Order: sequence, then C-alpha cells, then structure tokens
Amino acid sequence: MSAKHRKDLLRQMLRIRRFEERCAELYSATKIRGFLHLYVGEEAVATGVISALRPDEPIVSTYREHGHALARGVPMDAVMAEMYGRSTGCSGGRGGSMHLFDADRHFYGGNAIVGGGLPLAVGLGLADAMRGSRRVTACFFGDGAVAEGEFHESVNLATLWQLPVLFACENNHYAMGTALARSHAQTDLALRAASYGLPAWPVDGMDVLAVEDSAQRAVEIIRAGGGPVFLELRTYRFRAHSMYDPDRYRDKAEVEQWRQRDPVELLVTRMRSDGELDDGDLEALDREVAEELVRAVEAAEAGPLEPVEDLTRFVYSERS
Amino acid sequence: MTTIETTYREAMRAAIRDALIKDDRVFLMGEDVGRYGGCFAVSLGLLEEFGPERIRDTPLSESAFVGAGIGAALGGMRPIVEIMTVNFSMLALDQVVNNAATLLHMSGGQLNVPLVIRMTTGAGRQLAAQHSHSLEGWYAHIPGIRIVVPATLEDARGMLWTALLDPDPVLIFEPGALYPVKGELDESVREVDIDRAVVRRPGRDATVITYGATLGTSLAAAEELAGRGIEVEVIDLRTLRPLDDATLLDSVTRTHRAVVVDEGWRTGSISAEISARITEQAFFDLDAPVERVCSAEVPMPYPKHLEDAALPQQADIVAAVQRTIGDGR
Repeated sequence: MSAKHRKDLLRQMLRIRRFEERCAELYSATKIRGFLHLYVGEEAVATGVISALRPDEPIVSTYREHGHALARGVPMDAVMAEMYGRSTGCSGGRGGSMHLFDADRHFYGGNAIVGGGLPLAVGLGLADAMRGSRRVTACFFGDGAVAEGEFHESVNLATLWQLPVLFACENNHYAMGTALARSHAQTDLALRAASYGLPAWPVDGMDVLAVEDSAQRAVEIIRAGGGPVFLELRTYRFRAHSMYDPDRYRDKAEVEQWRQRDPVELLVTRMRSDGELDDGDLEALDREVAEELVRAVEAAEAGPLEPVEDLTRFVYSERS
Repeated sequence: MTTIETTYREAMRAAIRDALIKDDRVFLMGEDVGRYGGCFAVSLGLLEEFGPERIRDTPLSESAFVGAGIGAALGGMRPIVEIMTVNFSMLALDQVVNNAATLLHMSGGQLNVPLVIRMTTGAGRQLAAQHSHSLEGWYAHIPGIRIVVPATLEDARGMLWTALLDPDPVLIFEPGALYPVKGELDESVREVDIDRAVVRRPGRDATVITYGATLGTSLAAAEELAGRGIEVEVIDLRTLRPLDDATLLDSVTRTHRAVVVDEGWRTGSISAEISARITEQAFFDLDAPVERVCSAEVPMPYPKHLEDAALPQQADIVAAVQRTIGDGR
C-alpha cells in the first residue's frame, strides 16, 4: 500500500474526528439540536470499509452516520448544514443528524430505527442482482441491531438469494447503555452470523489498514458472485452514546484502555515509524482539515432556512 | 364494449400478469406466491409463466421482504410485495411506517419509493381473531403512503397498474371475502383512476359511504330501502388516503343525511374521520346526525353466528338509514 494511500486514510479519519468534535461544541452552543450521536473512536470502520467500495456502490447506514457520509464524499458543508437544519443540508434540512441522505452519491441514510436499514440494503442488492449487476451494497449497523429480528431475517434472505451485500457490523460493545454480554447470549457476532451460511469474520476495527484489507477481501468475494459477507468490526466509541448520555454504565478504566488503541493514533504511529509522516506533514493535514471545517461551519451558519410555507412538501412526490 | 365473465381473484391475477408483461422492472414477492400459487390462489400459474426470478417465494420474514421491496424500489425496480393478511403486516409495520412512508421526506425529496404492497383484509370466512381484521383505516392515518381498496371487478383489474405508475408507496387492501365473487368485466379495463371516490348508486334521500366488502352489503341495503320508497346514494371511497372529500360533500349536501359503513372498529377509525369531515364541512346541510355502522369492538370470533353478529349487516345499514330519516317513512 502506498504512503499516499495511507495518508488519504489518515486525512479521512481526521476529517471525521474533527467534524465530530466540532459538532459536540456546536451542540453545547445550541447550534445543533435533537439527538447527536458521535463517531469518535470508530473512524477506522467507515474509513476502511468505504475505501474498499467504488463511489457508485450504495451505502445504508445508521443514526451514527456522519463518518460514513463524509467518507462517501458527501461534502462537509452539506453535512454540517444538515446538522443546522438548513435547506442547503444534504437532506434539505428535513433529516438532521440522524437522517443524512445523498441520492447522487448513493448514500441511502441515515436510519434511526436500529436494524431498520438492513432490509433496505437487501432490497438494493436484490435490484442489482436482478439486473445482473454485482455492485456491492454496504450496510452498516451496530451490535445492538444483531439482537433485532430484522437482522436475522435480512441476513438469511440475502444469503438465501446470494445477494451482493456487505454486512458491516460495527460492534462498539454497547447497545446504547447495555453492554454486549448483557444483551447477547452468544457474544461472538461473527460466529452467529456464520450460522446463516455466509462468510463472516471478526476484524480489528481500530486498525484502519486491517479494516480496509478485510473489506477488500469481502467485496472481492461479493463481486465474484460469492453472495453476501458479514464483517464484525470490533470497535469502541470514546464518547457517550448521544449528547444526553451521562455515560454511567461504563468503567472509566475501560474507556481509557480502548483510547490506548485510538485508530487515528495507531495509524499516525505506524506511518511515523515507516517514515511516511513527520511533524510537518501532520501539521499540514491538521491545518487542511481545520480550514475545511471552518468553511463548513461558515456555510452552515449562512445557509437559508426552508420557508414554512413548504412544510407539507416531500410527503408525496411532486407531479409535474 | 366486450365483457368477460371473471372473478375478483382472476381479475387481480390478470392485473399482476399484465404488469409483469408490460414492465420488466415489475416482480412479485411474498410468502407462497410461487409454487403454492398464492395463499388465496391469486398468483396461481404465474411462476410457471414468469419464472422464479420474477415470482419470488420468500421466507416468513415480513419485515425483511417488505423492506427489501422498499430497497428494490429505491434501486430502480417496481416491486409488488404480497403480504398474506393485514394481521401479518404488523410484523412489517416498521418498514412501512418508518421507511416507505418517510424516506421521501427525510431525504428532502431525494428518494421516492415506487412500491406496491398488496394484502388481504377483512372477515367473513370464519378465520377468527388473527386473520380477519380490517386495519386499512390504521394505515390511512399515515402520511406518505396511499391506501386503496378495490371493491369491484373493475377496480381489482385496474387499480394495480395505476398503483404501479404512482411514484410513491401504494398499499392495496383486498377484502378476502371478495376473491370468489363472480361477474361481468369490461374486457378493455387496464387502469382506473385512484384519486376519486365513485357514486355506485345514485339517490336523493340519504348517502351511504363505504368501501371494500361492505359495498355489496350497502348496495343490497339500498335496494331493500328502494322497495320502501327511500332512494339511497351509495359511495365507494376506493381510496382511504388521500380521502376524496369533494365527492362525499357533494352527495351529503344534496341528501342531507349520511351513514358511514366500515368493517373496521368504530373507535379511532376511518369512519370517525369521515364523520368528522362531514360535520366540519357540511354541518348546516345535515338534517340528522351522521350515523356509523361498524364492526363490534371485539377481536373477531370464530363461530359463524358470532362473526355475523360482529360485522355490519344489511339490516344494520337499513336501520341506520331509517334513523337518519326519522319515523315518517
């Protein structure tokens, strides 16, 4: 893998990290409202998986999806404007943090019902399969979704029909405040998925290179007609579930232990030791990301609000 | 006009077959739609004609296959998803309400869902409390989807294609009791308007507003009342969402009396909505309170005599119309 490619991965993770940190500040400043779920700590998953996809391959995501949208190439100012509820947002302001969409970039949300996006991904895969396309649909969901019936129905159906779907399970070890072992009798999620008869394996979700490597192998299997693949990406969110969460259910020491494996730091350390990154490079990257973020916030602040007269639009399609 | 003798079931099948021929993006999926031929034999023979790619038997996973229908619609297909009965559709309610009905809005107009979901509704076949309910009125509560109920052979033949042309999700509720109903159908019917309610029988003395399986009962009641000199206008709603207020109000302002007949329960129902709209918009044209004839508020019982007692019957409709007119006739 080239140094340039690693740097691209690092840039992508930094964009997500800084974006999320800024969102937390903007939430405290009451610029962003509603529920806000941050991806800090999990950046390697979206970055590594989406790096293995082509830009025209559909993505279905969850309510913790800012990182996926940014990694897919939804412009940062459109994502930030959506946080602000402005009509320049990627969902026209109607969705907010949990419902980012970008049809042109094949980004299908932004689903805030745990497990609810899985059947959609199966259907997108079905549409492709019926037309003879082996475009991969990537579906992100958490460990919490594995407890939902929709997960089991969807993985079974996709495997039964050998559909081109990548099931990317972001196991961050907590379903909101409920630890994995408190909600799953069998905590080896890859093992459980494998019982449906599809290739499934666990991946170190803090190591972006490992994630990208596994995602690459998975999409090769799928594009070769091997049916769906399940990846259990073991990761951790460093911040609370949402801005409302006092984080009473986790041990500080546990959080600290995972922070030792910060995905951004891991890659930085590796690139430094391989002589691919020095202080000057890192500063330049930081500056580049910071500037992009400043522009995104400025654009969001300046973005117009949709007129109230438009309230009842987008319930049914507008017929010309 | 050339007519053919057919049944409601055959008209539905002809509509599906026609859609599969006309548009290669159309496919049918659901439980037992293929090898079994459809739980109510609607899709009998289609697997043999169109093959397993386009007539897809699914596992008993309502949420997954309804959601897959939504996903396939987003992906450019025109799926027809069959759910065996409305009671089973509860297992897919998340997909219908949280995805099909909301994606267009949540995405700021980017993602419409051109999906058709068909399901059986209603009682009359002694199928008891988990196969007999009329929950289409519930669905009519939800913005973002369209709810249609074909009550005639013509609508059974024509509503599906019109629904497939709609860019948004359409739910078609097929009253199970109507499948064996036989009659003459204009051979040329291919699509029908689904925006408007229709006057099925004109009359001047009172308006009976209904849809689905109780259309037949209401027409029979109108016939009986005609024998006593009472001319009842019978309106078939056809579409429960969006409701065609104009047709209802035009009739009620002429007859000054309204009876709503609905196989659903009374409380919080579509009949309540219709009654409210008439009261809101035509209060001063009314000569009597709006009457409602609905199912008894019990889960549907199994024995025939109790099922009959729970459902709106011809005598109930006749009595309700007479109450609106008073003792004079």
